[in-house]
Amino acid sequence: MMTKFLSRNRHTVQRIGFIGITMMAVVTVLPIVGTIIFILLKGGSAISWEFLSGFPHDGMRAGGILPAIIGTLYLTIGTAFFSVPLGIAAAIYLAEYAKDNQLTRLIRLAIINLAGIPSVVYGLFGLGLFVLFLQFGTSILAASLTLSIMTLPVIISTSEEALRAVPQAFRTVSISLGATRWQTISRIILKEALPGILTGVILGLERAAGETAPILFTGAAFFLPRLPHSPFDATMALPYHLFVISTQVPEMPIQIQYGTALVLLVFVLTMNVIATVIRSRARARRQW
Amino acid sequence: MEKSLSWREFIITRLIQSSGYSAILFVALIFFFLLREGLPTLSEVDASSLLNIRWYPIEDYFGILPLITGSLIVTLGATLIAVPFGIGTAVYISEIAPRWVREILKPLVELLGGLPSVVLGFLGILVLSPFLRVFLDLPTGLTAFTGSILLGGIAVPTVVSVAEDALDSVPRAYREGAWALGATRWQTIWRVTLPAAKSGVLTAVMLGVGRAIGETMTVMMVTGNAPVLAVKLGNLFSPVRTMTATIAAEMGEVANGSTHYHVLFFIGMVLFIISFIVNIIASSVVFRAKKRAERILS
Repeated sequence: MMTKFLSRNRHTVQRIGFIGITMMAVVTVLPIVGTIIFILLKGGSAISWEFLSGFPHDGMRAGGILPAIIGTLYLTIGTAFFSVPLGIAAAIYLAEYAKDNQLTRLIRLAIINLAGIPSVVYGLFGLGLFVLFLQFGTSILAASLTLSIMTLPVIISTSEEALRAVPQAFRTVSISLGATRWQTISRIILKEALPGILTGVILGLERAAGETAPILFTGAAFFLPRLPHSPFDATMALPYHLFVISTQVPEMPIQIQYGTALVLLVFVLTMNVIATVIRSRARARRQW
Repeated sequence: MEKSLSWREFIITRLIQSSGYSAILFVALIFFFLLREGLPTLSEVDASSLLNIRWYPIEDYFGILPLITGSLIVTLGATLIAVPFGIGTAVYISEIAPRWVREILKPLVELLGGLPSVVLGFLGILVLSPFLRVFLDLPTGLTAFTGSILLGGIAVPTVVSVAEDALDSVPRAYREGAWALGATRWQTIWRVTLPAAKSGVLTAVMLGVGRAIGETMTVMMVTGNAPVLAVKLGNLFSPVRTMTATIAAEMGEVANGSTHYHVLFFIGMVLFIISFIVNIIASSVVFRAKKRAERILS
Protein backbone atom coordinates (compact mmCIF):
# COMPACT_ATOMS: atom_id res chain seq x y z
CA MET A 1 0.00 0.00 0.00
CA MET A 2 2.68 2.38 1.12
CA THR A 3 5.02 1.54 -1.75
CA LYS A 4 2.21 1.83 -4.21
CA PHE A 5 1.41 5.27 -2.86
CA LEU A 6 5.06 6.27 -3.01
CA SER A 7 5.53 5.09 -6.55
CA ARG A 8 2.44 6.91 -7.72
CA ASN A 9 3.69 9.95 -5.87
CA ARG A 10 7.04 10.00 -7.57
CA HIS A 11 5.47 9.61 -10.95
CA THR A 12 3.30 12.60 -10.16
CA VAL A 13 6.44 14.48 -9.16
CA GLN A 14 8.00 13.51 -12.46
CA ARG A 15 4.97 14.65 -14.42
CA ILE A 16 4.88 18.01 -12.65
CA GLY A 17 8.65 18.36 -12.97
CA PHE A 18 8.61 17.64 -16.70
CA ILE A 19 5.84 20.16 -17.21
CA GLY A 20 7.84 22.72 -15.22
CA ILE A 21 11.04 22.17 -17.21
CA THR A 22 9.14 22.22 -20.48
CA MET A 23 7.56 25.52 -19.48
CA MET A 24 11.01 26.92 -18.74
CA ALA A 25 12.23 25.92 -22.18
CA VAL A 26 9.13 27.48 -23.73
CA VAL A 27 9.62 30.71 -21.77
CA THR A 28 13.24 30.78 -22.95
CA VAL A 29 12.50 30.15 -26.61
CA LEU A 30 9.24 32.04 -27.14
CA PRO A 31 10.77 35.52 -26.71
CA ILE A 32 13.34 34.67 -29.39
CA VAL A 33 10.66 33.77 -31.90
CA GLY A 34 8.50 36.66 -30.66
CA THR A 35 11.32 39.18 -31.10
CA ILE A 36 12.00 38.11 -34.65
CA ILE A 37 8.34 38.06 -35.70
CA PHE A 38 7.67 41.38 -33.94
CA ILE A 39 10.49 43.14 -35.80
CA LEU A 40 9.53 41.54 -39.10
CA LEU A 41 5.96 42.80 -38.71
CA LYS A 42 6.82 46.26 -37.41
CA GLY A 43 9.71 46.92 -39.77
CA GLY A 44 8.24 45.38 -42.89
CA SER A 45 6.27 48.46 -43.87
CA ALA A 46 9.38 50.65 -43.75
CA ILE A 47 11.20 48.60 -46.33
CA SER A 48 11.22 50.05 -49.80
CA TRP A 49 13.74 50.37 -52.57
CA GLU A 50 14.32 53.97 -51.56
CA PHE A 51 14.96 52.96 -47.93
CA LEU A 52 17.54 50.35 -48.93
CA SER A 53 19.29 52.35 -51.64
CA GLY A 54 18.98 55.97 -50.51
CA PHE A 55 21.04 58.23 -48.30
CA PRO A 56 19.65 59.54 -45.03
CA HIS A 57 18.56 63.19 -45.03
CA ASP A 58 16.75 65.69 -42.81
CA GLY A 59 19.03 64.84 -39.90
CA MET A 60 18.55 61.10 -40.64
CA ARG A 61 14.81 61.45 -40.05
CA ALA A 62 14.05 60.63 -43.66
CA GLY A 63 15.57 58.83 -46.61
CA GLY A 64 17.41 55.52 -46.68
CA ILE A 65 20.16 53.67 -44.88
CA LEU A 66 22.41 52.65 -47.76
CA PRO A 67 25.65 53.97 -46.18
CA ALA A 68 25.00 51.90 -43.06
CA ILE A 69 24.31 48.74 -45.06
CA ILE A 70 27.41 49.20 -47.21
CA GLY A 71 29.45 50.07 -44.12
CA THR A 72 28.47 46.87 -42.32
CA LEU A 73 29.27 44.94 -45.48
CA TYR A 74 32.74 46.53 -45.66
CA LEU A 75 33.40 45.88 -41.97
CA THR A 76 32.33 42.24 -42.28
CA ILE A 77 34.55 41.71 -45.33
CA GLY A 78 37.43 43.52 -43.64
CA THR A 79 37.05 41.37 -40.56
CA ALA A 80 36.99 38.22 -42.67
CA PHE A 81 40.13 39.35 -44.52
CA PHE A 82 42.19 39.32 -41.31
CA SER A 83 40.48 36.82 -39.04
CA VAL A 84 39.77 33.95 -41.46
CA PRO A 85 43.34 33.12 -42.57
CA LEU A 86 44.79 33.77 -39.12
CA GLY A 87 42.03 31.85 -37.32
CA ILE A 88 42.20 28.82 -39.59
CA ALA A 89 46.00 28.75 -39.44
CA ALA A 90 45.87 28.88 -35.64
CA ALA A 91 43.30 26.07 -35.64
CA ILE A 92 45.56 23.98 -37.91
CA TYR A 93 48.42 24.56 -35.51
CA LEU A 94 46.36 23.46 -32.50
CA ALA A 95 44.77 20.46 -34.21
CA GLU A 96 47.69 19.16 -36.28
CA TYR A 97 51.00 20.45 -34.93
CA ALA A 98 50.76 21.42 -31.27
CA LYS A 99 52.11 19.03 -28.69
CA ASP A 100 50.37 18.66 -25.37
CA ASN A 101 52.68 20.86 -23.36
CA GLN A 102 52.71 23.96 -21.21
CA LEU A 103 52.88 26.31 -24.20
CA THR A 104 49.83 24.77 -25.87
CA ARG A 105 47.93 25.06 -22.61
CA LEU A 106 48.91 28.72 -22.48
CA ILE A 107 47.60 29.23 -26.03
CA ARG A 108 44.30 27.61 -25.08
CA LEU A 109 44.03 29.75 -21.99
CA ALA A 110 44.69 32.84 -24.14
CA ILE A 111 41.94 31.83 -26.56
CA ILE A 112 39.46 31.27 -23.72
CA ASN A 113 40.35 34.69 -22.38
CA LEU A 114 40.02 36.39 -25.76
CA ALA A 115 36.54 34.89 -25.98
CA GLY A 116 35.61 36.35 -22.61
CA ILE A 117 36.93 39.90 -22.93
CA PRO A 118 34.03 42.40 -22.97
CA SER A 119 33.41 43.85 -26.41
CA VAL A 120 33.85 47.41 -25.18
CA VAL A 121 37.32 46.53 -23.91
CA TYR A 122 38.15 45.44 -27.46
CA GLY A 123 37.01 48.91 -28.45
CA LEU A 124 39.44 50.49 -25.98
CA PHE A 125 42.23 48.26 -27.22
CA GLY A 126 41.50 49.10 -30.84
CA LEU A 127 41.51 52.78 -29.98
CA GLY A 128 44.82 52.49 -28.14
CA LEU A 129 46.65 50.31 -30.68
CA PHE A 130 45.16 50.81 -34.14
CA VAL A 131 43.62 54.29 -34.02
CA LEU A 132 46.21 56.14 -31.92
CA PHE A 133 49.46 54.17 -31.73
CA LEU A 134 49.54 52.92 -35.33
CA GLN A 135 47.74 56.09 -36.47
CA PHE A 136 45.16 54.40 -38.68
CA GLY A 137 42.67 56.95 -37.36
CA THR A 138 38.98 56.23 -36.92
CA SER A 139 38.70 54.00 -39.94
CA ILE A 140 37.33 50.85 -41.51
CA LEU A 141 40.82 49.38 -41.21
CA ALA A 142 41.08 49.99 -37.44
CA ALA A 143 37.52 48.75 -36.82
CA SER A 144 38.02 45.63 -38.96
CA LEU A 145 41.26 44.76 -37.18
CA THR A 146 39.57 45.21 -33.79
CA LEU A 147 36.63 43.03 -34.84
CA SER A 148 38.98 40.38 -36.27
CA ILE A 149 40.74 39.87 -32.97
CA MET A 150 37.36 39.64 -31.28
CA THR A 151 36.10 36.96 -33.70
CA LEU A 152 39.34 34.99 -33.66
CA PRO A 153 38.44 32.72 -30.71
CA VAL A 154 35.14 31.65 -32.33
CA ILE A 155 36.86 30.82 -35.62
CA ILE A 156 39.78 29.04 -33.96
CA SER A 157 37.72 26.85 -31.66
CA THR A 158 35.10 25.80 -34.22
CA SER A 159 37.72 25.18 -36.93
CA GLU A 160 39.86 23.15 -34.55
CA GLU A 161 36.87 21.02 -33.66
CA ALA A 162 36.14 20.47 -37.37
CA LEU A 163 39.77 19.49 -38.07
CA ARG A 164 39.88 17.11 -35.13
CA ALA A 165 36.71 15.41 -36.31
CA VAL A 166 38.52 14.18 -39.45
CA PRO A 167 39.51 10.56 -38.70
CA GLN A 168 43.17 9.80 -38.06
CA ALA A 169 43.17 7.23 -40.86
CA PHE A 170 43.01 10.01 -43.48
CA ARG A 171 46.32 11.38 -42.20
CA THR A 172 48.00 8.00 -41.88
CA VAL A 173 47.08 6.97 -45.42
CA SER A 174 48.11 10.29 -46.94
CA ILE A 175 51.49 10.31 -45.19
CA SER A 176 52.13 6.69 -46.10
CA LEU A 177 51.52 7.54 -49.76
CA GLY A 178 54.47 9.93 -49.51
CA ALA A 179 52.67 13.22 -49.00
CA THR A 180 54.27 15.75 -46.70
CA ARG A 181 52.47 16.96 -43.63
CA TRP A 182 51.39 20.20 -45.27
CA GLN A 183 50.22 18.41 -48.42
CA THR A 184 48.14 16.13 -46.23
CA ILE A 185 46.60 19.06 -44.41
CA SER A 186 45.99 21.28 -47.40
CA ARG A 187 44.68 18.65 -49.81
CA ILE A 188 42.95 16.12 -47.55
CA ILE A 189 42.19 17.35 -44.05
CA LEU A 190 41.12 20.91 -44.90
CA LYS A 191 38.85 19.63 -47.65
CA GLU A 192 37.12 17.23 -45.31
CA ALA A 193 36.79 19.79 -42.52
CA LEU A 194 35.64 22.60 -44.80
CA PRO A 195 31.91 22.60 -43.91
CA GLY A 196 32.68 22.71 -40.19
CA ILE A 197 35.21 25.49 -40.69
CA LEU A 198 32.78 27.48 -42.86
CA THR A 199 30.10 27.20 -40.20
CA GLY A 200 32.47 28.55 -37.58
CA VAL A 201 33.68 31.36 -39.83
CA ILE A 202 30.14 32.50 -40.63
CA LEU A 203 29.05 32.37 -36.98
CA GLY A 204 32.11 34.41 -36.02
CA LEU A 205 31.47 36.99 -38.73
CA GLU A 206 27.81 37.12 -37.77
CA ARG A 207 28.86 38.27 -34.32
CA ALA A 208 31.20 40.85 -35.78
CA ALA A 209 28.51 42.21 -38.09
CA GLY A 210 26.13 42.77 -35.19
CA GLU A 211 28.60 44.30 -32.75
CA THR A 212 28.57 47.96 -31.85
CA ALA A 213 30.84 48.48 -28.87
CA PRO A 214 34.15 47.54 -30.58
CA ILE A 215 33.57 49.98 -33.45
CA LEU A 216 32.26 52.88 -31.34
CA PHE A 217 35.65 54.55 -31.09
CA THR A 218 37.55 52.72 -33.82
CA GLY A 219 35.60 53.27 -37.02
CA ALA A 220 31.94 54.15 -36.67
CA ALA A 221 30.66 57.47 -37.96
CA PHE A 222 27.52 59.17 -36.67
CA PHE A 223 26.55 60.35 -40.13
CA LEU A 224 28.30 60.37 -43.51
CA PRO A 225 26.77 61.98 -46.56
CA ARG A 226 28.74 59.67 -48.87
CA LEU A 227 30.12 56.16 -49.03
CA PRO A 228 33.62 55.54 -47.68
CA HIS A 229 36.32 55.68 -50.36
CA SER A 230 39.21 53.84 -48.74
CA PRO A 231 39.98 51.63 -45.74
CA PHE A 232 41.19 54.75 -43.95
CA ASP A 233 37.74 56.36 -44.00
CA ALA A 234 35.30 56.06 -41.12
CA THR A 235 32.00 54.44 -41.98
CA MET A 236 28.41 54.21 -40.88
CA ALA A 237 27.31 50.76 -39.76
CA LEU A 238 23.91 49.18 -39.18
CA PRO A 239 24.22 48.35 -35.45
CA TYR A 240 25.70 51.72 -34.58
CA HIS A 241 23.13 53.47 -36.77
CA LEU A 242 20.31 51.69 -34.92
CA PHE A 243 21.85 52.77 -31.62
CA VAL A 244 22.13 56.37 -32.82
CA ILE A 245 18.62 56.70 -34.18
CA SER A 246 17.02 54.98 -31.19
CA THR A 247 18.81 56.96 -28.49
CA GLN A 248 20.57 60.04 -29.86
CA VAL A 249 18.20 61.61 -32.38
CA PRO A 250 15.07 63.23 -30.95
CA GLU A 251 11.78 62.88 -32.81
CA MET A 252 13.06 60.03 -34.91
CA PRO A 253 10.23 58.41 -36.90
CA ILE A 254 9.55 55.01 -35.36
CA GLN A 255 9.17 53.45 -38.82
CA ILE A 256 12.78 54.12 -39.74
CA GLN A 257 13.95 52.68 -36.42
CA TYR A 258 12.03 49.44 -36.92
CA GLY A 259 13.09 49.31 -40.55
CA THR A 260 16.77 49.62 -39.61
CA ALA A 261 16.38 46.95 -36.92
CA LEU A 262 14.77 44.69 -39.50
CA VAL A 263 17.58 45.11 -42.04
CA LEU A 264 20.20 44.40 -39.36
CA LEU A 265 18.27 41.37 -38.17
CA VAL A 266 17.87 39.99 -41.69
CA PHE A 267 21.60 40.53 -42.35
CA VAL A 268 22.54 38.58 -39.24
CA LEU A 269 19.85 35.90 -39.47
CA THR A 270 20.74 35.14 -43.08
CA MET A 271 24.31 34.40 -42.02
CA ASN A 272 23.03 32.28 -39.15
CA VAL A 273 20.71 30.26 -41.38
CA ILE A 274 23.44 29.71 -43.98
CA ALA A 275 25.77 28.42 -41.24
CA THR A 276 23.10 26.09 -39.86
CA VAL A 277 22.27 24.73 -43.31
CA ILE A 278 25.92 24.09 -44.19
CA ARG A 279 26.41 22.24 -40.94
CA SER A 280 23.34 20.04 -41.15
CA ARG A 281 23.92 19.20 -44.82
CA ALA A 282 27.53 18.27 -44.13
CA ARG A 283 26.42 16.08 -41.24
CA ALA A 284 23.91 14.30 -43.41
CA ARG A 285 26.41 13.71 -46.20
CA ARG A 286 29.37 12.69 -44.04
CA GLN A 287 30.63 9.21 -44.83
CA TRP A 288 33.04 8.77 -41.93
CA MET B 1 62.23 20.42 -56.81
CA GLU B 2 62.77 18.44 -53.64
CA LYS B 3 64.52 21.32 -52.06
CA SER B 4 61.94 23.96 -52.93
CA LEU B 5 59.24 21.65 -51.61
CA SER B 6 60.91 21.30 -48.24
CA TRP B 7 61.52 25.05 -48.12
CA ARG B 8 57.86 25.72 -48.73
CA GLU B 9 56.96 23.18 -46.11
CA PHE B 10 59.33 24.87 -43.67
CA ILE B 11 57.94 28.35 -44.25
CA ILE B 12 54.32 27.25 -44.07
CA THR B 13 54.97 25.34 -40.86
CA ARG B 14 56.54 28.44 -39.33
CA LEU B 15 53.60 30.60 -40.45
CA ILE B 16 51.09 28.20 -38.95
CA GLN B 17 53.08 27.99 -35.77
CA SER B 18 53.20 31.75 -35.33
CA SER B 19 49.48 32.00 -36.04
CA GLY B 20 48.99 29.55 -33.21
CA TYR B 21 51.08 31.68 -30.88
CA SER B 22 49.27 34.86 -31.95
CA ALA B 23 46.46 34.32 -29.42
CA ILE B 24 48.97 34.78 -26.60
CA LEU B 25 50.36 37.86 -28.33
CA PHE B 26 46.89 39.43 -28.61
CA VAL B 27 46.01 38.90 -24.96
CA ALA B 28 49.36 40.39 -23.99
CA LEU B 29 48.88 43.33 -26.38
CA ILE B 30 45.39 44.04 -25.04
CA PHE B 31 46.62 43.97 -21.47
CA PHE B 32 49.63 46.12 -22.35
CA PHE B 33 47.55 48.83 -24.02
CA LEU B 34 45.03 48.88 -21.17
CA LEU B 35 47.91 49.28 -18.70
CA ARG B 36 49.64 51.88 -20.82
CA GLU B 37 46.57 54.10 -21.06
CA GLY B 38 44.97 53.14 -17.75
CA LEU B 39 47.81 53.18 -15.22
CA PRO B 40 48.46 56.95 -15.37
CA THR B 41 45.14 57.18 -13.51
CA LEU B 42 46.88 56.12 -10.33
CA SER B 43 49.20 59.14 -10.40
CA GLU B 44 46.53 61.60 -11.54
CA VAL B 45 43.68 60.60 -9.24
CA ASP B 46 44.39 59.56 -5.67
CA ALA B 47 43.06 56.25 -4.47
CA SER B 48 40.60 57.74 -1.98
CA SER B 49 38.75 59.71 -4.65
CA LEU B 50 38.87 56.77 -7.06
CA LEU B 51 37.08 54.67 -4.44
CA ASN B 52 34.61 57.45 -3.78
CA ILE B 53 30.89 57.10 -4.39
CA ARG B 54 30.65 60.02 -6.77
CA TRP B 55 31.13 59.70 -10.54
CA TYR B 56 30.95 63.17 -12.03
CA PRO B 57 33.89 63.53 -14.43
CA ILE B 58 33.12 67.12 -15.47
CA GLU B 59 34.00 68.26 -11.96
CA ASP B 60 36.80 65.73 -11.60
CA TYR B 61 34.92 63.29 -9.41
CA PHE B 62 36.12 59.88 -10.54
CA GLY B 63 34.58 57.55 -7.95
CA ILE B 64 34.20 54.19 -9.70
CA LEU B 65 32.32 52.44 -6.87
CA PRO B 66 28.85 53.31 -8.25
CA LEU B 67 29.88 51.87 -11.61
CA ILE B 68 31.19 48.67 -10.07
CA THR B 69 28.07 48.18 -7.94
CA GLY B 70 25.94 49.04 -10.98
CA SER B 71 27.64 46.29 -13.01
CA LEU B 72 27.33 43.86 -10.11
CA ILE B 73 23.62 44.42 -9.48
CA VAL B 74 22.67 44.11 -13.16
CA THR B 75 24.85 41.01 -13.52
CA LEU B 76 23.40 39.47 -10.36
CA GLY B 77 19.88 39.98 -11.68
CA ALA B 78 20.84 38.56 -15.06
CA THR B 79 22.46 35.53 -13.43
CA LEU B 80 19.38 34.83 -11.33
CA ILE B 81 17.38 34.76 -14.55
CA ALA B 82 19.84 33.06 -16.90
CA VAL B 83 20.96 30.22 -14.62
CA PRO B 84 17.61 28.57 -13.84
CA PHE B 85 16.22 29.13 -17.33
CA GLY B 86 19.48 28.19 -19.02
CA ILE B 87 19.96 25.00 -17.05
CA GLY B 88 16.25 24.19 -17.29
CA THR B 89 16.34 24.54 -21.06
CA ALA B 90 19.56 22.51 -21.26
CA VAL B 91 17.95 19.72 -19.21
CA TYR B 92 14.88 19.85 -21.42
CA ILE B 93 16.88 19.69 -24.64
CA SER B 94 19.23 16.95 -23.51
CA GLU B 95 17.01 14.78 -21.30
CA ILE B 96 13.33 15.32 -22.04
CA ALA B 97 12.68 16.67 -25.52
CA PRO B 98 11.93 14.29 -28.37
CA ARG B 99 14.52 14.31 -31.10
CA TRP B 100 12.64 16.53 -33.55
CA VAL B 101 12.01 19.18 -30.88
CA ARG B 102 15.71 19.17 -30.04
CA GLU B 103 16.61 19.70 -33.70
CA ILE B 104 14.45 22.85 -33.68
CA LEU B 105 15.37 24.19 -30.24
CA LYS B 106 19.13 24.02 -30.55
CA PRO B 107 19.43 26.29 -33.60
CA LEU B 108 16.81 28.63 -32.08
CA VAL B 109 18.81 29.10 -28.90
CA GLU B 110 21.92 29.60 -31.04
CA LEU B 111 19.98 32.24 -32.94
CA LEU B 112 19.37 34.14 -29.70
CA GLY B 113 23.13 34.13 -29.15
CA GLY B 114 23.54 35.75 -32.55
CA LEU B 115 20.96 38.52 -32.10
CA PRO B 116 22.85 41.83 -32.02
CA SER B 117 22.76 43.30 -28.53
CA VAL B 118 21.74 46.64 -30.00
CA VAL B 119 18.53 45.08 -31.34
CA LEU B 120 17.67 43.76 -27.88
CA GLY B 121 18.42 47.18 -26.40
CA PHE B 122 16.19 48.77 -29.03
CA LEU B 123 13.29 46.50 -28.12
CA GLY B 124 14.10 47.11 -24.46
CA ILE B 125 13.55 50.82 -24.94
CA LEU B 126 10.41 50.51 -27.05
CA VAL B 127 8.67 47.49 -25.58
CA LEU B 128 10.07 46.10 -22.33
CA SER B 129 10.73 49.28 -20.36
CA PRO B 130 7.33 50.92 -21.00
CA PHE B 131 5.73 47.61 -20.04
CA LEU B 132 7.73 47.33 -16.81
CA ARG B 133 7.06 50.95 -15.91
CA VAL B 134 3.30 50.38 -16.04
CA PHE B 135 3.34 46.82 -14.72
CA LEU B 136 5.55 47.52 -11.70
CA ASP B 137 4.32 51.10 -11.30
CA LEU B 138 7.79 52.68 -11.47
CA PRO B 139 8.70 56.29 -12.23
CA THR B 140 10.85 55.07 -15.11
CA GLY B 141 11.15 51.80 -16.98
CA LEU B 142 14.88 52.27 -17.56
CA THR B 143 16.16 50.35 -14.52
CA ALA B 144 18.73 47.78 -13.50
CA PHE B 145 15.95 45.21 -13.58
CA THR B 146 15.16 45.94 -17.24
CA GLY B 147 18.85 45.46 -17.98
CA SER B 148 18.89 42.23 -15.97
CA ILE B 149 16.05 40.70 -17.96
CA LEU B 150 17.67 41.48 -21.32
CA LEU B 151 21.13 40.47 -20.12
CA GLY B 152 19.60 37.26 -18.83
CA GLY B 153 18.40 36.65 -22.37
CA ILE B 154 21.86 37.36 -23.72
CA ALA B 155 23.55 35.02 -21.23
CA VAL B 156 21.04 32.18 -21.70
CA PRO B 157 22.45 30.78 -24.98
CA THR B 158 25.92 30.52 -23.44
CA VAL B 159 24.57 28.72 -20.38
CA VAL B 160 22.35 26.43 -22.48
CA SER B 161 25.00 25.35 -24.96
CA VAL B 162 27.76 24.69 -22.42
CA ALA B 163 25.43 22.99 -19.92
CA GLU B 164 23.83 20.92 -22.66
CA ASP B 165 27.27 19.77 -23.81
CA ALA B 166 28.06 18.76 -20.24
CA LEU B 167 24.81 16.80 -19.84
CA ASP B 168 25.31 15.20 -23.23
CA SER B 169 28.75 13.91 -22.29
CA VAL B 170 27.44 12.01 -19.27
CA PRO B 171 27.70 8.35 -20.32
CA ARG B 172 24.39 6.72 -21.11
CA ALA B 173 25.27 3.85 -18.77
CA TYR B 174 24.86 6.20 -15.79
CA ARG B 175 21.25 6.84 -16.70
CA GLU B 176 20.54 3.22 -17.57
CA GLY B 177 21.98 2.16 -14.23
CA ALA B 178 19.66 4.52 -12.38
CA TRP B 179 16.62 3.41 -14.40
CA ALA B 180 17.46 -0.24 -13.77
CA LEU B 181 17.45 0.49 -10.04
CA GLY B 182 13.90 1.78 -10.41
CA ALA B 183 14.52 5.51 -10.42
CA THR B 184 12.20 7.61 -12.52
CA ARG B 185 13.65 9.73 -15.31
CA TRP B 186 13.06 12.77 -13.13
CA GLN B 187 15.01 11.28 -10.20
CA THR B 188 17.74 10.23 -12.59
CA ILE B 189 18.09 13.76 -13.90
CA TRP B 190 18.45 15.32 -10.47
CA ARG B 191 20.41 12.66 -8.60
CA VAL B 192 22.58 11.15 -11.33
CA THR B 193 22.89 13.11 -14.56
CA LEU B 194 23.13 16.66 -13.21
CA PRO B 195 25.57 15.75 -10.41
CA ALA B 196 27.72 13.89 -12.93
CA ALA B 197 27.74 16.96 -15.19
CA LYS B 198 28.30 19.32 -12.27
CA SER B 199 31.64 20.75 -13.38
CA GLY B 200 30.43 21.45 -16.90
CA VAL B 201 27.30 23.11 -15.56
CA LEU B 202 29.45 25.27 -13.26
CA THR B 203 31.53 26.29 -16.25
CA ALA B 204 28.32 27.19 -18.05
CA VAL B 205 27.27 29.41 -15.15
CA MET B 206 30.64 31.14 -14.98
CA LEU B 207 30.72 31.80 -18.72
CA GLY B 208 27.17 33.12 -18.52
CA VAL B 209 28.20 35.52 -15.74
CA GLY B 210 31.18 36.63 -17.81
CA ARG B 211 28.94 37.24 -20.81
CA ALA B 212 26.55 39.34 -18.70
CA ILE B 213 29.15 41.48 -16.98
CA GLY B 214 30.83 42.39 -20.26
CA GLU B 215 27.71 43.26 -22.22
CA THR B 216 27.66 46.89 -23.24
CA MET B 217 25.10 48.19 -25.69
CA THR B 218 21.98 46.68 -24.16
CA VAL B 219 22.74 47.91 -20.65
CA MET B 220 23.71 51.32 -21.93
CA MET B 221 20.37 51.63 -23.71
CA VAL B 222 18.03 50.35 -20.99
CA THR B 223 19.48 50.88 -17.51
CA GLY B 224 19.01 54.65 -17.37
CA ASN B 225 22.71 55.40 -16.82
CA ALA B 226 22.50 57.10 -13.42
CA PRO B 227 25.74 56.59 -11.50
CA VAL B 228 24.30 55.87 -8.07
CA LEU B 229 25.76 53.50 -5.49
CA ALA B 230 23.63 50.37 -5.84
CA VAL B 231 23.79 48.47 -2.57
CA LYS B 232 20.12 47.98 -1.68
CA LEU B 233 17.68 45.62 -3.30
CA GLY B 234 15.59 48.67 -4.18
CA ASN B 235 18.33 49.80 -6.55
CA LEU B 236 17.33 46.93 -8.79
CA PHE B 237 14.25 48.94 -9.71
CA SER B 238 15.93 52.28 -10.24
CA PRO B 239 18.39 53.49 -12.87
CA VAL B 240 22.02 52.43 -12.49
CA ARG B 241 25.09 52.70 -14.63
CA THR B 242 27.53 49.92 -15.41
CA MET B 243 31.27 50.04 -16.06
CA THR B 244 30.84 48.96 -19.68
CA ALA B 245 28.14 51.56 -20.39
CA THR B 246 30.29 54.31 -18.87
CA ILE B 247 33.18 53.54 -21.18
CA ALA B 248 30.96 53.29 -24.24
CA ALA B 249 29.02 56.48 -23.45
CA GLU B 250 31.92 58.71 -22.47
CA MET B 251 34.96 57.61 -24.47
CA GLY B 252 33.70 59.37 -27.57
CA GLU B 253 33.67 62.74 -25.83
CA VAL B 254 36.93 62.85 -23.90
CA ALA B 255 40.21 64.36 -25.03
CA ASN B 256 42.92 61.76 -25.67
CA GLY B 257 45.39 61.74 -22.80
CA SER B 258 43.15 63.58 -20.33
CA THR B 259 42.55 62.27 -16.82
CA HIS B 260 39.01 61.24 -17.76
CA TYR B 261 40.44 59.28 -20.72
CA HIS B 262 42.90 57.48 -18.45
CA VAL B 263 40.19 56.66 -15.91
CA LEU B 264 38.02 55.11 -18.63
CA PHE B 265 40.95 52.89 -19.64
CA PHE B 266 41.44 52.10 -15.96
CA ILE B 267 37.83 50.87 -15.82
CA GLY B 268 38.57 48.80 -18.93
CA MET B 269 41.53 47.31 -17.07
CA VAL B 270 39.25 46.38 -14.16
CA LEU B 271 36.83 44.73 -16.60
CA PHE B 272 39.68 42.85 -18.27
CA ILE B 273 40.88 41.54 -14.92
CA ILE B 274 37.36 40.50 -13.88
CA SER B 275 36.80 38.62 -17.14
CA PHE B 276 40.26 37.05 -16.81
CA ILE B 277 39.42 35.74 -13.32
CA VAL B 278 35.97 34.51 -14.36
CA ASN B 279 37.46 32.64 -17.31
CA ILE B 280 40.30 31.14 -15.30
CA ILE B 281 37.77 29.82 -12.80
CA ALA B 282 35.51 28.52 -15.57
CA SER B 283 38.33 26.71 -17.35
CA SER B 284 39.98 25.39 -14.19
CA VAL B 285 36.68 23.77 -13.23
CA VAL B 286 36.86 21.92 -16.53
CA PHE B 287 40.50 20.97 -16.05
CA ARG B 288 39.83 19.63 -12.57
CA ALA B 289 36.98 17.54 -13.84
CA LYS B 290 39.19 16.13 -16.59
CA LYS B 291 41.87 15.17 -14.10
CA ARG B 292 39.31 13.42 -11.97
CA ALA B 293 38.07 11.50 -14.98
CA GLU B 294 41.64 10.50 -15.78
CA ARG B 295 42.11 9.31 -12.21
CA ILE B 296 39.02 7.17 -12.42
CA LEU B 297 40.08 5.69 -15.74
CA SER B 298 43.61 4.81 -14.70
